[in-house]
Amino acid sequence: MRTRRYDVIVIGSGAGGGTVASELVPLAAAGMKVLVVEQGPRLEDHEFTGGELDMAPAIYEAGGGFLTSDGTMTLAFGRVLGGSTVVYTGTSLTAPERVIRGWNVTGLDYEDIAVRTDRFARQNGVHLLPRAQLNENNTLFEAGCAGAGFACEQFPVNVRGCRGSSLCNLGCPNAAKQGTHRVQLPAAEGAGVEIITRAEALRVENRCVTVRVHAKPDGGKGRPPEWEPGIHRLEAAAIVLAGGSIGSSALLLRSGFGARLTRTGHGFTCHPAHVLVAEHARSITNDVGHPKSFFVDRAVEDGFVLETCMYFPFTTAKNLTGFGDEHAAMMRSFRRLQMILVLACDRAVPGNRITVDRNGRPVVHYRFTDRVIDSMILATRAAARIFFAAGAVRVHAPTSRPHLIEATEADRLDERISADHFSPGTTTVSAAHLMGGCAMGRDASDSVTDAWGRVHGVPWLRIADSSLFPDALQINPYLTIMALADRVAERLRNDIASLREAAIGRAADAGDRS
Amino acid sequence: MSRRTTLRAVVATVVPGAGSLDERAWCDVEAIVEKAVSERPGRQRRQLRLFLHLLEYVPVLRWARPFSRLSPAERSRCLQFFEESPILLVRRGLWGARTLAFMGYYGRPEAAREIGYTANRDGWQARGGPGP
Repeated sequence: MRTRRYDVIVIGSGAGGGTVASELVPLAAAGMKVLVVEQGPRLEDHEFTGGELDMAPAIYEAGGGFLTSDGTMTLAFGRVLGGSTVVYTGTSLTAPERVIRGWNVTGLDYEDIAVRTDRFARQNGVHLLPRAQLNENNTLFEAGCAGAGFACEQFPVNVRGCRGSSLCNLGCPNAAKQGTHRVQLPAAEGAGVEIITRAEALRVENRCVTVRVHAKPDGGKGRPPEWEPGIHRLEAAAIVLAGGSIGSSALLLRSGFGARLTRTGHGFTCHPAHVLVAEHARSITNDVGHPKSFFVDRAVEDGFVLETCMYFPFTTAKNLTGFGDEHAAMMRSFRRLQMILVLACDRAVPGNRITVDRNGRPVVHYRFTDRVIDSMILATRAAARIFFAAGAVRVHAPTSRPHLIEATEADRLDERISADHFSPGTTTVSAAHLMGGCAMGRDASDSVTDAWGRVHGVPWLRIADSSLFPDALQINPYLTIMALADRVAERLRNDIASLREAAIGRAADAGDRS
Repeated sequence: MSRRTTLRAVVATVVPGAGSLDERAWCDVEAIVEKAVSERPGRQRRQLRLFLHLLEYVPVLRWARPFSRLSPAERSRCLQFFEESPILLVRRGLWGARTLAFMGYYGRPEAAREIGYTANRDGWQARGGPGP
């Protein structure tokens, strides 16, 4: 097993890891060795085809079908160079002040997050799309909100040269979306940061990472790994975990940190979501144009957020509850479908957590609390009102029996859509905002890291991803992850000299002993 | 009864239009499902095999025939029974099987065309202009 030595190793290349990599460029410029380790492949531009079954296995963990332990919710997260910034829609919001203050993390100020968020928004080209580029799936939502009395806002998005393929969630085929694979990672790599892909971090211990580099599978997408397949041992003065909520928590747990850092894996939240579908009497533009242009924020009042969305044939079929003639008829009316994503603003509760199985693989335990179910019901009713106010002739609601609600029943939504019809295992629920597991806080009794992502009692180990969130963010999280990762990188730049000295001292001690 | 026979019966019940697929299209459906199943963890593969076995033979208790020999209406009632089961494991099994059926059927480019899905990397330009 070959051993390589670095000054800093960053595990993960998404919003957190990509940001840390780019913010450590000054270290690389000063001659230090910085390495980014990514588990997924590095795709070539031409490999982003927009094909649903072609892309999902190449860019999502488990093809987008990672299930919670009881199988009642699907978790979607990227496993590709760029992480989940490859598969999101690029919606770019600043964390709500109430949420950051509510986290109550000493040393973490809202103003600091806002300033850093603004910097990354500019770096990623965040702006509002012109109205001429908004499709009817979105403008009908806006009109429906006006008619139903909901305040609706337009999402700023981080696209440059968007052609409106509508394929954001399959990785933009036109390289328009400004994920870390388009912005931060190329900048870092161009300045001397090394990036390896298909490299799975197995364990972290004593300033050392053990990784397994996987060969490119036959027929798979992406470049071959940069390193020889097999086990590699990497030493570094500092290690930054940025594998996401699930990845970083699982890596810490299988590396044995859970015994001392007992909060590892706890506090998992994810904004559980339904896709709601409505049928109009005429065809609308839905599978062309950016899919996510508007949202309604009812997090404070009712615990939910509504977002426009548009999915692909299989994903749409999966998200419609039920089967048979009624389901098939809805699918055949695809050209007339409008979609809304309803997200519940869940809270960190005991029991919703990440663990690892005996092989060290992550297991996510999640129970839908009554509060979450109530929020999803309120959100579903609100979405149905918006659909009907926009002129829909029928709405498919997963928490209604029968699932189809005709426009003539629009005044009976409170009766038709009910928590009695929320059936885990039957009602399709998915989540893509995975948060918590290595929360920031005061000390090891309540958290895993401090406000700068420093793991309590382990000065060489830092965390820089959504696992840091002590509770749900209540909005799309990537810019907040970048802001937090920027803080981690800043503190690491300040600490690196002493961390290198400590690493040298440890190596010398080891030499004396041998 | 083979797993293939059961799976075809499930697909044809979940997506009634699948009943009119020709043999080549069925092979496409099965290839998609097989690939998806092969990429799942071993535990999930075993659970799916077990569920399809249960689904095939539980109907014998009520209809004296296995699932794949039931009429379309009987199959539909049978899946409904599984979907509404008070046992989470059973509901999950049905959810997994229907998900695979949808993937096999709607994952084919032909099915996407049939339902009118026309997303294109050229976006608005492919529809004849820069905006709606």
